[in-house]
Amino acid sequence: MMEPGTYFMEGNTACAEGAIAAGCRFFAGYPITPASEILERICERFPEVHGSYLQMEDELASIASILGASWAGRKAMTATSGPGFSLMMENYGLGLMTETPCVIVNVMRGGPSTGLPTMVAQGDVNQTRWGTHGDVGVVVYAPSSPQELFDYTIKAFNTAEKYRLPVVILSDEMVSHMTEKVEVPPKDEIEIVDRKKPEDPPEEYLPYRPDEDLVPPMANAGDGYSVHVTGLTHDEKGHPSVDEKTQSVLVTRLIDKIRKNADDILEYEEYKVEDADTMIVAYGSVYRAAIEAVDMAREKGYKVGLLRPLTIWPFPEERIYDLAREGIDSFLVAEINFGQIVYEVERCTGGASDTYLAPRMGGTIHTPEEIVDRIEAIDRGEIPAFKE
Amino acid sequence: MSIRKSRDWFSPDYMEQKSKKEGTYGLHPLDNYLRKDRIPHIWCPGCGLGIILNSYLRALKNSDIAPEDTAVVSGIGCSGRAAGYVDVDSFHVTHGRAIPFATGLKVGNKDLVTTVFSGDGDLFAIGGNHFIHAARRNVDFNVICVNNFNYGMTGGQAGPTTPQGAKTSTTPWGGFEQPFNLPAVAAGSGAVYVARWTTYHVEKLIESFEEALNKQGFCFIEVLSPCPTGYGRKVGLKTGKETMKYYKENSEIKPDADPSEVALDPEDPESKIIVGNFVDREAPTYQDERGKVFGEARKKMEVDG
Amino acid sequence: MSEKEEDDDENGSGERCYPAESKNREGSICVIPERCKGCGFCIEFCPVQALEASEDTTEKGYRPPKMTGDCVLCGKCEKVCPEFAIYLKEKEEDEERGEWI
Repeated sequence: MMEPGTYFMEGNTACAEGAIAAGCRFFAGYPITPASEILERICERFPEVHGSYLQMEDELASIASILGASWAGRKAMTATSGPGFSLMMENYGLGLMTETPCVIVNVMRGGPSTGLPTMVAQGDVNQTRWGTHGDVGVVVYAPSSPQELFDYTIKAFNTAEKYRLPVVILSDEMVSHMTEKVEVPPKDEIEIVDRKKPEDPPEEYLPYRPDEDLVPPMANAGDGYSVHVTGLTHDEKGHPSVDEKTQSVLVTRLIDKIRKNADDILEYEEYKVEDADTMIVAYGSVYRAAIEAVDMAREKGYKVGLLRPLTIWPFPEERIYDLAREGIDSFLVAEINFGQIVYEVERCTGGASDTYLAPRMGGTIHTPEEIVDRIEAIDRGEIPAFKE
Repeated sequence: MSIRKSRDWFSPDYMEQKSKKEGTYGLHPLDNYLRKDRIPHIWCPGCGLGIILNSYLRALKNSDIAPEDTAVVSGIGCSGRAAGYVDVDSFHVTHGRAIPFATGLKVGNKDLVTTVFSGDGDLFAIGGNHFIHAARRNVDFNVICVNNFNYGMTGGQAGPTTPQGAKTSTTPWGGFEQPFNLPAVAAGSGAVYVARWTTYHVEKLIESFEEALNKQGFCFIEVLSPCPTGYGRKVGLKTGKETMKYYKENSEIKPDADPSEVALDPEDPESKIIVGNFVDREAPTYQDERGKVFGEARKKMEVDG
Repeated sequence: MSEKEEDDDENGSGERCYPAESKNREGSICVIPERCKGCGFCIEFCPVQALEASEDTTEKGYRPPKMTGDCVLCGKCEKVCPEFAIYLKEKEEDEERGEWI
C-alpha cells in the first residue's frame, strides 16, 4: 500500500488505494465514465503489489471473474457506473446466493440509460437493494469524500469477508471526481478482516452450514475441501436441492445474515439532532451541501438537524422510527433523484412525522441555499408532504 | 485443521475420507471422482453427457492430476449440471458466464487445473463474447463444449449450432439461420488446441481430454452428443443409440483438416462429420505475457519481483 | 449363446458380475443395475456382441445388460456407458482392491 502520509487525491484514486490497502489483489473491470480512473490506478499499481488486473470484455465478465477470483482465495473488486451496474445484476445475485465475498463500486451518474455520463446523480440507490431478482440481504456504503472512499473501501472488504457477500460502494460522480486531502494511516493501524476458514476436516466440512453468526466458514478452491457451489437453491452440502423447504431455510438465512447482524454493520451519522424538529436526510455528495444547510438554517432560527446514512442498506430504520417519535416533526430527504430512500424514510416514520422530498434530476448537486429554501417553504406550509 | 493434500485420487487416505463422507466405497473405477450421493445423474436415457463425463474423469485419472488441484466450472443447461457430479471444487454459475468465472479462478490461483464444461448455447450464444475473448487472451484452461444442437434443458429450442432447416420448438417451420462452425470460431479467436469428436469416439475423446489437460493455454474440444429428448426425436434420431450409430456411420477422422472447412451440413447426404484434433500449437499464455510485462514494470520501479 | 454365471453378490450392492477369460487375462464385467437407464450403448457397441438386454427389469423399468457371448475384456462397454453402470474388473486389480474393501 501507499506510504503513510497526507495526500491530495482524487476520489477514484483513493478508492483504488483503499482497495490495495485492504489486500485486494484481483480486479476486473470495463471502462466506463466516471469509474475508469479506478481501473487505471489499479492497473498502474498492481504489478508492484503482485495483483492481477484484467480488463474484461464487458461488465458481465467483470463481475463473473471477480466471483471466480474470490473462490480462488483473492480479495477481488470491480468498479462501474449505472449502465454497467445494471448488467451486473444477475451475477450480483449469484454472489449473494453463493455467499462470495467481493466488492463492487458503483460510481453513480445521470440515468436512466446512457443518461449523463459525466455528471452526478443518485438514481441507483434502490437498485442496489432491489435490482437483482429474488429476495436478498445486501450491504451498501455511501461515502461522501475521497477520505471516506479510502476508508470505506477498506471497510467494504472487511464486511464482505466477514459476512461473505458482495458489498457495494455507492459513490457518485462528484465524490469520485473531487480532489481532497486524504490521510493514509500506517499499515499496522488498518484493521483487515479475512474470511473464516473451516475448522472441520474435509470429510466433515459442509460448505453452507452456518455458524452462530449465520455465516458459514469458507473453503477456497484448491484448499482440498472439494466444495460445490451453485446458484440453484442448495442444501448445506452445497448440492442443488430445488424444493420449498430448502428454499425457505436458505433464503431466510441469507436475509437474516444481514438483518440479524445489522447492529454490527449499520452506520450512520447525526449532526445537531438534540434539539431539532426538522431533520435533513442526505448521503453521498448531497451530504456536503446538506451539512452547510443545517448551519445556514440554524442562523435563520430553524431547528434543523442532519441524519446521514453511511450504510444505505441496512437502512437506519429504527433510528428514524425513534426520531419520529422523539420530537422530529418533519424529515426532508435531499437526493439527486426523483425519490428513492424517501420511501424508506416515510415508511420508517410510520406516520409519526411528515416526510418531504427535495429532488434533483441529475447533473449537479443541491446548493445549501436551495435546501434552506425548501425548509422555509415547508415551514410556511407551501410544500405538500411526500406521497407516492 | 487438516487440509487434504493427497497426491493420488486412489490413496488410502483419500479413499478413507471419501467413504466417510458418502458412506460406502466406490464400485465403478471412476466412483472416486464422482459425488456418489448424486448418482444416478439427472440426464436422460441415451444422453451423451454421461459418456463425456466418463471420458473426462478417465482422462483426469490418466493425467495423474491431484483432486485438490482440479476445478470444474459449468454454466446453465443439462451440460451445466456436470459440475455437480465431479468430486472436486466445482462451480455451477450463471448462464454464459462460466468462462469469465473460470478466468477469475485460474488467474486467482494458477495451480488449479480448470475445465469449463458447458453446452453449445451457454458457450456460444449468451457466452459467445466471453469465449472469443478468453481464447484471444489464451488463458490457461480447457473448454469442453457439449454440442447437442439445441437448448435441451428448457425443452429443445434452437441454438447457435442448430443446423439450418432443423425443426425445434422455436423453429417449428424449420430453422433458417446459419449455425456456427465451432472449431473455426475457436481457432479464429486464438485457441491453441482445437478438436472435435463425438460421443461415439470415446477412446479418441479420452486422449484428447488428456492432451488438453496437460497442455498450457486455451484448449477447446467440441463433442457432438445425442439429445434424443430435446432434439434427436424431432430430426429422425429418436434414441441415443440411433444418434450414436449416425455418428459412427457419418464421421470421418481428419486430423489435419482446416478448421474453417469443417462446418457441419447434415442436409447434404455426401457431407461427413469431420472429427479430429485440428489445432495443436504453442503460444505464450495470458499469464506468461503478463509475467513478462509486470516483471519489467517491477524492475523499473526497482521493486523486488 | 448361453448365459454366463453370475458371481455372488460380494458387497451387497446388487452388482452383477459376469466372469470372462480372454487370452491370458481373467476378469469380469460388472453391472450396477440400479444405475442402468437401458440406453443400449454397451450392447450395441460391444465389438464381439457379448451383451444382450436382460429379461428382468430394474425398479425403474430398465433392462440392464447381461453377458451372453465371449467377452474379450476390452472395456469398451465401460467407456461407452453414460451411467457408470458397467465396468471391467481385471483379476489382478480385484486382488489389489481387496485390501481396501
